[in-house]
Amino acid sequence: MKVIKEKHPLAMRWTHWVNFPILTIMIWSGMLIYWANDEYKITLFGYTFFSFFPDWFYNALRIPHRLSEGMAFHFLFMWFFTLNGILYVLYTIISGEWRELVPQKKSFKEAWLVLLHDLHIRKMAPPQNKYNAAQRIAYTAIIVMGIGSVITGLAIYKPVQFYYLTWLCGGYHFARILHFALTIGYVLFFVVHVVQVILAGWNNFRSVISGFEVVNEDPKPIIEITPPSDEKPIQ
Amino acid sequence: MKNPFSKKHKSPKKPLTVEQKISRRNFLSFGTFIVAGSVAYGGWKWLYNSPEEARTVTAGARAPLRRALNKTELAFRRVFSNNNLVKTYPKEMAAKNVRHNSDIGSEGKIDIDTWKLQVKKHTGEVLQITLDDIKALPKTDIIYDFKCVEGWDQISHWGGVKFVDFINHFKLGAETQLQYVGLATPDAEYYVGIDMPSAMHPQTLLAYEVNEKPLPPNHGAPLRLIIPVKYGIKNLKRIGSMSFSDSRPPDYWAEQGYDYYSGL
Repeated sequence: MKVIKEKHPLAMRWTHWVNFPILTIMIWSGMLIYWANDEYKITLFGYTFFSFFPDWFYNALRIPHRLSEGMAFHFLFMWFFTLNGILYVLYTIISGEWRELVPQKKSFKEAWLVLLHDLHIRKMAPPQNKYNAAQRIAYTAIIVMGIGSVITGLAIYKPVQFYYLTWLCGGYHFARILHFALTIGYVLFFVVHVVQVILAGWNNFRSVISGFEVVNEDPKPIIEITPPSDEKPIQ
Repeated sequence: MKNPFSKKHKSPKKPLTVEQKISRRNFLSFGTFIVAGSVAYGGWKWLYNSPEEARTVTAGARAPLRRALNKTELAFRRVFSNNNLVKTYPKEMAAKNVRHNSDIGSEGKIDIDTWKLQVKKHTGEVLQITLDDIKALPKTDIIYDFKCVEGWDQISHWGGVKFVDFINHFKLGAETQLQYVGLATPDAEYYVGIDMPSAMHPQTLLAYEVNEKPLPPNHGAPLRLIIPVKYGIKNLKRIGSMSFSDSRPPDYWAEQGYDYYSGL
């Protein structure tokens, strides 16, 4: 029998979907800014493997020579990004949802088993509540990353007024590197997230929009069948 | 009298089946999702295609984004304090080759002997100040991380007169009651506007030395602004004139779409 099972609360769905376009705009405007001093590359033993970013990439996204534009967008949408994040975290704390989200002691061990299961190496996944161990780690990490983006962002945006944040982030240089690395982290998160959502299927995806999943439950027996007790035990 | 609506009471609504509940909730939530998504997309299109601001002391930005920059400035002005100082470094850490980005307004050479700083007071009086007058004041050195709006930064060593000391010595206290300082190169090709609190910050210098030597032409000889609480674009080279006003003085990069405040 089909049963509606509540899954995601309204506040979580709204903040999730509000965040999506805002973060997209933040990443895009961030690239317009980064282009003006695009010094980061992955170099190992003197050999550069990848340079952020190649020209074809910049040109395809029409990024070059738009620094002032990027800053204007970035410093408007930073407010919405931060506010939306604060609302989500507050909701999670007040509602008690954090209990389903924050990794437990066993989560770090279990996350491996989840990974092996998802890669079809292991047959059984560990038992879970709303989120499995890997999800707990991922969905908590993404919030920590969001807080990190705000802090590293402020550290490079107002390094004199918020000198203590700049210090906390290891200086102006390192704060900019962290701010950039976190953005790469979002993109990697996004790729895995979307693949997982596709694999999980429609019922799961729908629950982030409408809030519920449809599950099949065996109907509960109306009359409880109890073994007759008046019989005499067989000697 | 018979109630025409009483019929309803006779046949109460059947409770919705699970299927009906599912499609009802799907309709509502996906409907909301699509409507909200369309509104958001429309809002983005509006913002992205919004007209450029009318040209005033600022120009070149989308009108709503300029309004946002100005509002954001107000928010961050509240955390500005003379107690918040830029980090300073030991002399050895200062770059030997100081990076140079632009020559607008300071191309070629200038005759330092005939150069004079023109200070235009709001009364109309103009002070003509020579480099020797300025060098006679107590010298302050600062070794700090210079930050460019492009995203690079460099530890560099500057020497000169504190802006506050300059103001006090030349009895310009009344001018600092106004809200802005305007600076321009002698040819007026490059010009900046600085809010008074930032100009009066204890680390703001009128610099005539870099790495303990007189400024070379490409770093703004004979006198330039070093203002650690602002991006490099506000650190005007080869100052020709200084003025004071309550309205925003013209600003070269604010006319090119950059934030007027550009504070750090």
